[in-house]
Parts: sequence; structure tokens; C-alpha cells
Amino acid sequence: MHTGRTKDRMTTSADTGATGQERAGDQERMDHFEDTIARMSRVEPRDWMPDRYRATMIRQIAQHAHSEIIGMQPEGDWITRAPSLRRKAILLAKVQDEAGHGMYLYSAAETLGADRADLTEKLITARQKYSSIFNYPTLSYADVGVIGWLVDGAAICNQVPLCRSSYGPYARAMIRICKEESFHQRQGYELLLTMMRGTQAQRDLVQDAVNRFWWPTLMMFGPPDAASPNTAQSMHWGIKRHTNDELRQRFVDMAVPQADKLGVTLPDADLRWNGGRGHYDFGQVDWREFQAVLSGGGPCNTQRLARRQAAHEAGGWVREAALAHAAKHDKDHPERMRLTVPANQNANGGEANHG
Amino acid sequence: MADPSWPLYEVFLRGKRGLNHVHVGSLHAADPEMALRHARDLYTRRNEGVSIWVVRASDVTASSPDEKDPFFKPSGDKVYRHPTFYDIPDDVPHM
Amino acid sequence: MSDPGSAPDGAPDGAPDRDFDDNPYDLLARDDDAAHRWAFGTGFTDPLDGIDRSVPDGVDQGQLARCCLALGDDALIYSHRLQQWVTRMPELEEETALANVALDLLGQARMLLSRAGGIVGRSEDQLAFFRAEPEFRNVRLAEHADRDFAELTVRLLLLSTWRLALFESLAGRGPGAGAADPVLAAIAAKGVNELAYHRDYAAGWVVRLGDGTALSHAKAQAALDILWPQAVELFRPDPDALAACPGGIGDRAAFDAIVDTVLAAAGLDRPAAPGPACPPGRPPAAVGERAGRDGAHTAAMAGILAELQSVARADPGATW
Repeated sequence: MHTGRTKDRMTTSADTGATGQERAGDQERMDHFEDTIARMSRVEPRDWMPDRYRATMIRQIAQHAHSEIIGMQPEGDWITRAPSLRRKAILLAKVQDEAGHGMYLYSAAETLGADRADLTEKLITARQKYSSIFNYPTLSYADVGVIGWLVDGAAICNQVPLCRSSYGPYARAMIRICKEESFHQRQGYELLLTMMRGTQAQRDLVQDAVNRFWWPTLMMFGPPDAASPNTAQSMHWGIKRHTNDELRQRFVDMAVPQADKLGVTLPDADLRWNGGRGHYDFGQVDWREFQAVLSGGGPCNTQRLARRQAAHEAGGWVREAALAHAAKHDKDHPERMRLTVPANQNANGGEANHG
Repeated sequence: MADPSWPLYEVFLRGKRGLNHVHVGSLHAADPEMALRHARDLYTRRNEGVSIWVVRASDVTASSPDEKDPFFKPSGDKVYRHPTFYDIPDDVPHM
Repeated sequence: MSDPGSAPDGAPDGAPDRDFDDNPYDLLARDDDAAHRWAFGTGFTDPLDGIDRSVPDGVDQGQLARCCLALGDDALIYSHRLQQWVTRMPELEEETALANVALDLLGQARMLLSRAGGIVGRSEDQLAFFRAEPEFRNVRLAEHADRDFAELTVRLLLLSTWRLALFESLAGRGPGAGAADPVLAAIAAKGVNELAYHRDYAAGWVVRLGDGTALSHAKAQAALDILWPQAVELFRPDPDALAACPGGIGDRAAFDAIVDTVLAAAGLDRPAAPGPACPPGRPPAAVGERAGRDGAHTAAMAGILAELQSVARADPGATW
């Protein structure tokens, strides 16, 4: 029981995002929620939570899911043109993983009361966003490697702390995703190493790709802390574990030695090691570009959403057909036909297990 | 867009060395057979020897460990996830 | 697949519960069971690693190479068409399923091209990216561009049913003893499970579409009308396949029986004979006419190869 426990930090109704009436009515539940957060324990789907927490969490998870799905496009465009069969298989598997990640995340969002079809509509109508990095085009096969190295690398920086998200289903999804994504990043980096040790034309492609993706990658961490007023609340609630600038710095510190090893030049004249800080100093991100791309002015915003919308609309008759068939042939109709699977295949393991 | 979506299924897996089924997430499918196949594709990566259960989300009845009151507001039913559709307002601030 | 439910609170899967110090690249350094982190256990090592590549005595190498090339090209070109559906599937779960099929076929293509390549002295990549159109031995049905999901699933039903029967024969699960070449037999054995999965997936969808809504039924029937005539080519006598698998490679009657079972459940009608439903300019291969196995392809093949080979050919000396 939690009766009248004094909180060990100052909070106001503005901080918790609840109305005065809500606090009066749900003080005990709020205390329990805050206590869960404070203990670094997890909030689970059936737990009470402030509306603001629920809404913020749905938005964050959904936009993360949208990013995975939209992210399939810039890389997916190169599958058919992959220059070796091995690279083709790797890329196809990676893009498939991204679809899976999107689904894990939509699944987590749905535990909060969201509906995937509704989230898809919000994506297509641009009411919810996705990572703006995917609004940039992929212009050569080197871009595939650079996305693996830099973009997935930045995503990992963002995502590993999210494995400790206060919301249970999200944290669990992130654990699975992080493992798979680290493999992707390794493959991307390995492609770049191979290219940098190859022909001059390959080296030129890599350097060009780095030139185009370096700054947009830094933008993936979001606006500077000074311009992010909601960070404090999100960190208090375990929705965020580090600030944007902290993660951006951490990423730069890791990427610079990797760039050196590759033999590429990062397109930042201000980049240099600062022994006093123990970090790399780097130049100013062009936040106007970030804002422009974020609000729809990027090179590929229109086509990314258009492709998603087209697939969803073109698939309407298929989804309807499946539902119509299911309605006609539910379990009460045993005459429904099924092809049997050869006995030597472990078909799905689930059929005979009831207990 | 008013087309009806495929219902939600919860997925439970028991691995080769597992003792019991564990909830791993959810997916959408039009019928149970499809749900089983999707679960195999999405959650087991077609590993052989994994036992899969899929259950319509609406068929799962659950309690919450935090509940002290059996008539816990706001839900009367006891579905696993948040029971009602939650429409987040557009003005929820960004991160 | 690790059990996510077992992770202790606050720590990802057994890692010590550090906060700010955690290095995201720890995950990179950990020697996890990498096969489980990658889709479908698709290995990215040499597909024929560890297998004795010598061709047994009594097996005609030329015929074996042509047979492997034919089956490999079928898979390579068909996988290419399926890859074009990535991000265009009707539901997200179907993206996973589609990539599944495309990856399996690509894996089969790699092994078969490697086998052929080992005999003729070229690598899988040299064969895939540096042959000209007349040197490809795939059936024409593999080149078809599916115009909608009905064509995608109907074509998958036809091709996977045919290919599964073929692979079962090669693996020794048909009436005969299987392929005389143990490598081909092994490739076929691995492929049997995959193709059974593909066929089951396709059949499930053909039934749902045929027995779904009036619209889906119409689209499924239209797809069948277009594609069925092109299946004739699959059963042209193939001396290389017969030589590779002396016991026989599956017949038309068995194929028809399986497909008819699915069509009956789907409420679809099999076109009686090739006729007006054939698109002009693409008649079914008659006996004696050159077809896909002879390097005579449809107009679509040029575009397929241009796309498939473009990056590799732009820098022929490059290693990827």
C-alpha cells in the first residue's frame, strides 16, 4: 500500500502533466506510478499511467515504428541492383528485419490503446512523423553501406538506452531490435571497408555518400538540448534516458575513429579532438535544414509517404478478401480445405500443443 | 480509409529448451492459420522446433499485478491491453 | 531467439545494469549466436562450404552444369521479380513473408550457380552479373511482372508447386533415386522444405482470394487465365534435367492434381487450353520452338538484366 508517502523530489502538477482534478482523484495511483519510475522498474500495459505519459509514449513508439517501415524504402530500392549475390542477400534480409522491427514497435504501441491502422493513417497524413534521415535519397550502392554504418550506428546510440525505457513492452522490443541492428551496422561497415580497399571509383562513391549523410545523421539525435523543452519531463518519466546533445556527442566520439579506419574524411572542418573535454569538438548542425526536412521539405518526403500510401491503398482489396474468407470459414466449418505439409517438415509446432 | 483491419493476435512461444510458452508480442492476421504463419515468420524466424500459440487479443483475460481493487477503474472488462481505443491529441509535444 | 521475458528489470538481456557508461558497441563485440540474429538462418558464408565438390564418375559434367544453371536462373530471376514487391505488399506481415520467399530462392540460386560455376570455371557472381541474355536458362514464367497480388500468389503457386516436385525428385523423395550428383541432391533436399512453405503460403492466399470477395475472385481468375498458359513451358522435355535425375522429375498430371485441389477450394476455374487469354506476342512454347531454357526470353528479360547487372557492370573490376 502506498499511503501518503512523501516524494523525494519536487514535483508540481505541471511536471506530472495531470490536471488538478486528476491529482486529487488519482493521487494514490500517481504515487505508485512515480514510485515505479523512481525504482527504475517497468510500467506495464494494465498499469495506471498519466494521460500525458500514455500519449507521449504512443507517439514516440509509433514514430519509431514508422521510421523502421519508411526506412525500408531507401535501402530497399537497391536490392535488385546489389552488385553481388551475397550483398543482395544481406540487404534483403536487413530490409526484412526492418519490417519486423516496425511490427514489434506497432505491437508495443497497441498495448497502450493505439490501433495500428489508425497509426498508419496518421503516418500517411503526416500527423505523425518518422526519422527525417529517410527523407534523403540513396544515390549509389555506397549509400547502403553508409546507412548501415552511420544511420544504424546513430540509431543504436539512441536505442540502447531505450532498452531501459520505463515502459515494459517498449523496452522489450528495443532489446530484440538492438541485437539485430548491431548486426546490420557491422554489415554496412564491412561493405564500406571492402569498397575503400577496392577501385578508385568505389572509394569515390563512399566519400560522396559520407559527405551527403554525415550531417543528416547528426540531425537524427534531434534539436539541441536548449531547444528541447520537453526533455526534462521525458527524462523524469524514463521515456528518455539521455539528452539529445549527450547522445550526439557520444556518436561523434565513436564515429570519428571508425572514419579514420575507413580512410574517409568527415565533412566538418571544425572536427577535432578536445583533450580538455575528453570529446571531439564538431561544427554547427544546420538546424534550418533539419526543420525544413522535418516539415516536409526534404528531397524524398513526398515519395516516401506516397509509396507507403500506395501500398496500403492497393492492398485494401486483399485485406478485405482475407477477412471475407475468414468470416465464411471459421473453425466451425471443418470442410475448409488446407494443403498438408510434408511430414518431414516441422510445420509450425503449434498445432498439437495444447497444454 | 474505412476498410476493416485484421484483428490483433497475441503470440506465445516455447523454445526448444523452454518449459512454457512466453508472450512475445502481437501481430495482425485475418484468421488463426494466417496468424500462426505470421508468428512463425516474425517471431521465430522460422526456427524449427519452436511451439507457437496465437490467441485473439480479445480472447485474453488478464489481471494487473498492481490492481488492489477488483473493480479497478476505468475498465469493466479485463482485456490484456488498454481496453479502449486511445486517440492521442495532435498537440502532444514532441520529444 | 532469446526469450525477452527473461531479461531482468533494468538490464538488457544479462548485461550489467550500468546506465550512462553502457557502450552501444558492446553488442557488436559480443559473440552472440549470430545465426539467430539474422533472418531465417540464411548463411552468408560460402554456400557449398564443406561439401566435396568433385563431380562423381559417370555424371556428365556439361549436362549437370546446364541443369544447375537452369534451376539457378529460375530462382535468380524469379527472386528478382519478388524483390520488386518489397515495400509494396498489402500488409506489413506479408512483407516478411515475401522477403522470406525471395531470400530462400536467392539462396537456392547461389548454391546452384556455384555448383554450375565450379564446373565451368566461373563464380556465382560472374554468372549472375556478366552473362548476356541468351546465356540465361530460366523459364519465361519467371520473368513475368506480377501486376497485382493475385498474379503474385497465383504465379507463386504454379512455380513453387512445379519446383517442389522437381526438387523432391532430385532429393530422392520421388519415384527415382534422386540426382546422381550429391551436391545437387543436397541443394534440392534443403530446398524442399523451403518450397513446401512457399507452396503452402501461395495456396493459402489463392484460396482466400478465390473464395473471398467478388472482386478478389475476379482478380484471381484473371490472374489464372493469364498465367496458366505460361505453365506449359515448365513441362517441356528437358534432357539436362532428365540426365541429372535419371529416375524422373515429376510429371504434368501430378502438378495438375495439386493445383486443381487448390483451385477447387478457391472456387477458380482452370483454363482448359491456351487460347485467347494469352497476351499477344507471348505464345506458349511449342515442342521444337526455342524457349527460356534455350536462352529465348520475353521482352521483359532485357529490363530485368539491366537492373540486376547495372551496378556490377559499372565497375567490372570491383570487389564487393
